[in-house]
Amino acid sequence: MELFELTIHELHELLKNREVSSVEATKSLLSRIEAVEGKVKSFITVTPEEALKNADEADRRIAAGEIDLLTGIPLALKDIFLTKGITTTCASRILSNFIPPYDATATERLKERGMVLLGKLNQDEFAMGSSTETSWFGKTRNPWNLDCIPGGSSGGSAAAVAARQATATLGTDTGGSIRQPAAHCGCVGLKPTYGRVSRYGVIAFASSLDQVGPLTRDVTDCAIMLGAVAGYDPKDSTSVDTPVPDYLKALTGDARGLRIGLPREYFIEGLDPDVKKAMDGAIATFRSLGAEFVEMSLPHTDYATAVYYLIATAEASSNLARYDGVRFGYRNQDARGLLDMYMVSRDEGFGAEVKRRIMLGTYALSSGYYDAYYLKAQKVRTLIMQDFIKAFESLDLILTPVAPTPAFRLGEKSDDPLQMYLSDIFTIPVNLAGTCGISVPAGFSADGRPIGLQLIGRHFGEETVLRAAHAFEQATEWHKKKAQIA
Amino acid sequence: MKYQAVIGLEVHVQLLTNTKIFCGCSTRFGSEPNSQTCPVCLGLPGALPVLNKKVVEYAIRAGLATNCSIAPRSIFARKNYFYPDLPKGYQISQYELPICTDGHLDIQVDGETKRIGITRIHMEEDAGKLVHMDTMEAGEKSYVDLNRACTPLLEVVSEPDLRSADEAVAYLKQLHQIVVYLGICDGNMEEGSFRCDANVSLMPVSSNEFGTRAELKNINSFRFVKQAIEYEIERQAEILEEGGTVIQETRLFDPATGTTRSMRSKEEAHDYRYFPDPDLVPLVVSDRWIGEIRSTLPELPDAKRQRYTTELGLPDLDAEVLSSSRDIADYFDACVTLYPQAKPVSNWVMGEVMRALKEDNRDIAECPVTPALLTEMLKLVEKGTISGKIAKTVFDEMYKTGREPARIVEEKGLVQVSDSGAIEKIIDEVMAANADKVEEYRSGKDKLFGFFVGQVMKASKGKANPALVNELLLKKLQG
Repeated sequence: MELFELTIHELHELLKNREVSSVEATKSLLSRIEAVEGKVKSFITVTPEEALKNADEADRRIAAGEIDLLTGIPLALKDIFLTKGITTTCASRILSNFIPPYDATATERLKERGMVLLGKLNQDEFAMGSSTETSWFGKTRNPWNLDCIPGGSSGGSAAAVAARQATATLGTDTGGSIRQPAAHCGCVGLKPTYGRVSRYGVIAFASSLDQVGPLTRDVTDCAIMLGAVAGYDPKDSTSVDTPVPDYLKALTGDARGLRIGLPREYFIEGLDPDVKKAMDGAIATFRSLGAEFVEMSLPHTDYATAVYYLIATAEASSNLARYDGVRFGYRNQDARGLLDMYMVSRDEGFGAEVKRRIMLGTYALSSGYYDAYYLKAQKVRTLIMQDFIKAFESLDLILTPVAPTPAFRLGEKSDDPLQMYLSDIFTIPVNLAGTCGISVPAGFSADGRPIGLQLIGRHFGEETVLRAAHAFEQATEWHKKKAQIA
Repeated sequence: MKYQAVIGLEVHVQLLTNTKIFCGCSTRFGSEPNSQTCPVCLGLPGALPVLNKKVVEYAIRAGLATNCSIAPRSIFARKNYFYPDLPKGYQISQYELPICTDGHLDIQVDGETKRIGITRIHMEEDAGKLVHMDTMEAGEKSYVDLNRACTPLLEVVSEPDLRSADEAVAYLKQLHQIVVYLGICDGNMEEGSFRCDANVSLMPVSSNEFGTRAELKNINSFRFVKQAIEYEIERQAEILEEGGTVIQETRLFDPATGTTRSMRSKEEAHDYRYFPDPDLVPLVVSDRWIGEIRSTLPELPDAKRQRYTTELGLPDLDAEVLSSSRDIADYFDACVTLYPQAKPVSNWVMGEVMRALKEDNRDIAECPVTPALLTEMLKLVEKGTISGKIAKTVFDEMYKTGREPARIVEEKGLVQVSDSGAIEKIIDEVMAANADKVEEYRSGKDKLFGFFVGQVMKASKGKANPALVNELLLKKLQG
């Protein structure tokens, strides 16, 4: 088997036993990127020199007997993570020339463990989208079906894992941006509890919703990646100072006695039949593993999408004000005067979806509308959070589909923002509630597109989520199937 | 018609913390542009604010000193607007739930005490600075210096309780005195460490309903505050007199002309779209911490004034002058501890000490005559070792050299002469030299007594004990 096919833990064994070097593994992935990147287009920036330098360093560390689970492992990051000295664009023209002077905390933590950085991955512009079609740098394709979107906004992160262009990747999830592309590309994607991973150095979309998480080949890798980036960061006031457990220890293979809720608001009429079938199969699998199912309700689910598009856009309208062409980023050089410079630079620097959301958010915060929109949305958000807290009083997990359909075709929803927004209806409530959720492969549509299963846990309930996902993975074969890129 | 002015002040107090409110950069004034910046205060993508605990402590100090309630839970909010000196495109401030509310200050105007309400005190970050240049080579350009960006400020908002420019100035002076006393602000108005906006409106004397207000900006001295408000009252009165209406607007004070001019109208006012900053968690302060801060508050000017008059028995004027700055009060208090005779100490501090410092352009904190030296000298006067007159000579010498008064007295031979034999000898010489004047005195010209005292003191080089001189001279002259 080629080195690029391996998971983190498989490659780690080879590195630890000195059967292969990190440089060899890195070269294998770099040539894989070269071979398939023309079709998949997962990357905005590939950094072969940086990668080989990192690999060389990792080999020296390994030779000195200092090996961590991630030492020498070739990874790639969504282009939303600041990487010192390496262009970081957030897939926007307005940051197309931005070279950060510092690393995100997540970047720093992976570097400390000795990762090899292969490059920066494509995404929706400023993480605003569900299909990776809004990137200034072009569209990423779904490795399972090149006519389909990979999901979004972390589409490049999911596609790169599915196409074996990176051993694992990091993404961010504001309303489903890790879980939905993971589902569409047949990989594992985790959105941790809000506050579990530092947001410092991660370009903000919606600060109260954004959370960093891994996209990986299997649940074991997911646990390794989460363990590497999780934990309190004094630079992020919203990161929570609670100890990071050993997530690998949680992977016991045991799902017996788990009480899993099935919220009726998520199993609606009109759910894609292939998705429905996959969910039924997953429920049966869990039953056979000894889990117990409870039908239940999350009564405020219907409001989640509306609430999300008020809060996320309001925060975004303010977060994106700093892109004014004054200190960094794109500036129109012909503009006359200050106001003109602001307007022309922002008009040319931002894409249509970003502008749409800035306008929505600005409107929601405007005097006279604040109470009716933003404030009311915050109140309903509290109700949605309470739905989950209440449900977890008697449940360990909640099981739902990740997305109502498998990956749709490129361009299918790009002209219909509302349809696009609805592709996140099952993932958005988790962000609003601030809890954690994972997407694991749970089947395929009749025509071979992957389908994901979502397991939602309580606040800081990542161990339970990972344990159940791992047990399910052990009992199924879905994750073993690989995308044939054609 | 007669009009009544209604004035409220918004004061920005720059805090004396070593580092900025949301990052670790230095707050030093006057460094090379943009040398005190980091990703946070530059507003780089991905950077996040972390609250400086010292700022909260200072805000609580200010709140306690102005009789405010301290909110157990307060919230930071974003004030959104675009300007090149504002790196993030929003200012982090407090809006709906500020840290301090419902305080007051008691001010004195024309001997009357008046209570001025303080609506709120909140914390916020300052913006950077724009520098405009016009050179032959480059043409007209604007540069951004972000050293000041993210510097901590308090905004102290008064109730519209002030009724004249004099009241406004009295309130402002008292607030200024308090924040300097607390050690949370250097009070430098020229450098903008303490700056003020004034909301001014007029209403008919008979009315209780406030008129439309104008907000005055850029008033950076006590004198300008008085000028700006008085001008504005006159301007609005003229408009109303002529049957016009005052419009709600922001007006800029021009120190050169002493007038105000329109900057922007209400219609042009920003919609700041305030909302809670999701990057900062709600600020929770415990009663215990508030109690700790309360216990370390210094004695404030009002309390000092009161103590000086009631406990130390000083006149109002002395109490006022001595409490006017914390450094003067500290000096005075240190002296009184060493030499518990308030009035002589007060006379010396308000007299010779302040005169010498003024001539020398020095602050009292760096006075070469320390409280220890001054009070040692006062003890020498009390014991009769030196006269009050000689004490002035000794003081000047101490000021120049910083040496002990006893040594100066010894080395310069300034010890008071209280030996009656020696003084009688001088008196005899003076009387012999002025026999004609002795005759005149004896024939009833009593006024000449002072002349003889002066001559005797002069002959003794000021060292003769004046009381003894009086006593002996009287005896001898009467024959």
